Amino acid sequence: MTAVITEARLIEMEGALLALDRVAVGRLLAAASPLSHVEHLIVPVLERIGAKWEEGQVSLSQVYMSGRLCEELVDSILPPADFSRKSVPPMAIAALDDYHLLGLRLVYSAMRASGFALINYGRTDIAQLVQLVKADGIRILLISVLMLPSALRVGKLREALEAQGCHLKLVVGGAPFRFDENLWREVGADAFGNTASDAIAVVTRLCEEAT
Amino acid sequence: MNAEIMTSAQRIGTAMSHREPDRVPFLLPTVLRGAREAGLSIRDYFARPEAVAEGQWRLRAKFGHDALVGFMYGAVEVEAWGGEVIFRDDGPPNSGEPFVKHPDAIARLQPPRIRDLPCLLRVLQLIRLLKERAGTEVPVLGSVISPFSLPVMQMGFENYLVLLHEHRDRFEQLMRLNEEFCVEWANAQLEAGAGAIAYADPVSSPTIIPRDLYLQTGFVVAKRTLARIHGAVATGFASGRCLGIIDDVARTGTVGVGASVLDDLADIKAACRGRLTVMGNLNAIAMRQWTAAEAETRVKDAIAKAGPGGGFVLTDNHGEIPLQVPDDVLLAIAEAVREWGRYPLDWVSSHGS
Repeated sequence: MTAVITEARLIEMEGALLALDRVAVGRLLAAASPLSHVEHLIVPVLERIGAKWEEGQVSLSQVYMSGRLCEELVDSILPPADFSRKSVPPMAIAALDDYHLLGLRLVYSAMRASGFALINYGRTDIAQLVQLVKADGIRILLISVLMLPSALRVGKLREALEAQGCHLKLVVGGAPFRFDENLWREVGADAFGNTASDAIAVVTRLCEEAT
Repeated sequence: MNAEIMTSAQRIGTAMSHREPDRVPFLLPTVLRGAREAGLSIRDYFARPEAVAEGQWRLRAKFGHDALVGFMYGAVEVEAWGGEVIFRDDGPPNSGEPFVKHPDAIARLQPPRIRDLPCLLRVLQLIRLLKERAGTEVPVLGSVISPFSLPVMQMGFENYLVLLHEHRDRFEQLMRLNEEFCVEWANAQLEAGAGAIAYADPVSSPTIIPRDLYLQTGFVVAKRTLARIHGAVATGFASGRCLGIIDDVARTGTVGVGASVLDDLADIKAACRGRLTVMGNLNAIAMRQWTAAEAETRVKDAIAKAGPGGGFVLTDNHGEIPLQVPDDVLLAIAEAVREWGRYPLDWVSSHGS
């Protein structure tokens, strides 16, 4: 079934999210249910908000609060373990060596609000993360970092994963990657997301490539 | 014509008075690098103010920048509040697990007492040592985290954004506590010999919160706080944008702003001209991969955009240059400033930028 989400509806949703108008967002989501339609409403709107953040037109607090609101409301429609969430390769997200978890939460909220199921490992170090990834059979791993040394450690993570036979897709994001556009390649990542909504597009592409 | 005739203090003072000194002043905030110079771990280095002072002095001798940094690490403030600091050998000490777990816990917080806290007393000792050595020739900069931005470390970024949006009464309570500490901490640094205070306020950046929320929160806090600090204050946004709030920031009482690479430096300079000194905006992350030629190009470009008329200090756009940036890049930056930063900047009119 093809989702029919008009431009006017997308604009309305964007406005409601940026204004943190929970009632209006809930009404728009309810009208768009089932999931396939919710996805066609939320994903483009979160992409627009992400692009506007990149251009300096909206702020990170708006990105975070709108993603959080979407996630909460989608969870009320679709419980976290609902079988009708998207069927995707096992995937997870983690923050490397860092207590600043906002970046991770931004991506996690946007992904879940878009119907993806993924494991949130929270703050981890390389050794712990490799064990978790191996045990869970993760195929797509999203890494969020804040500091340059943590970003550079992604290279060590890649080596440790390969040494354990974990040949997965590694997607990275966070400030050091935004300020040095070549860094993601240098550390051996497969892709880089500038914004939380970029992560949706990148993961969607990786899922398509995997099938 | 080629001789540098001013001291660093005169150079920065002239630039901050929106006049042209002998050359563009520059600052390479390379606090961590001093540990390497001293052959100490970062934890041991910051435990010894005399080693940090010596490190700052050696780094200035090496790169020739125009100020000494009386700063150790930002997380020292959260340490003062009883929070955890995590040391690592490849980067700055970071704040650990946030210690305000719930908005109601704010009611039980007490501002730290500076005289009781070795971590803060070490910073004051560092400033005294630097001032003793620098005299009136080189300014010593102090630093505080704004009361509005400190909660990111006190309670975590997510929880703080929720507090800001949904618990405004508790937010106000936290601001009053943080303001008391910030004012006392800034004034203690000025008393110890700091010539000015850097006010790190990244949460106020439009990168983080929208301007209308800033006007209700970070702006009001900055205005109240800066009015009680007994010296010059310059505001930084730790790589965040500031163009959209320049007029507001100018009304907080600050004398300068840190410019991000995300903003166009020429636009920032135009918005600040004659009222705020612009500091920035070299990309300290990308700098790791620069060649000497690229460093020269970046320096020239920044000087062409913001140098004319004074009111400009060339520095990085965050406030700490990572250890991973090679010394050769910093030496190339320093050389380029000396080559292209001499006033009058006659070459600028023919520059392509």
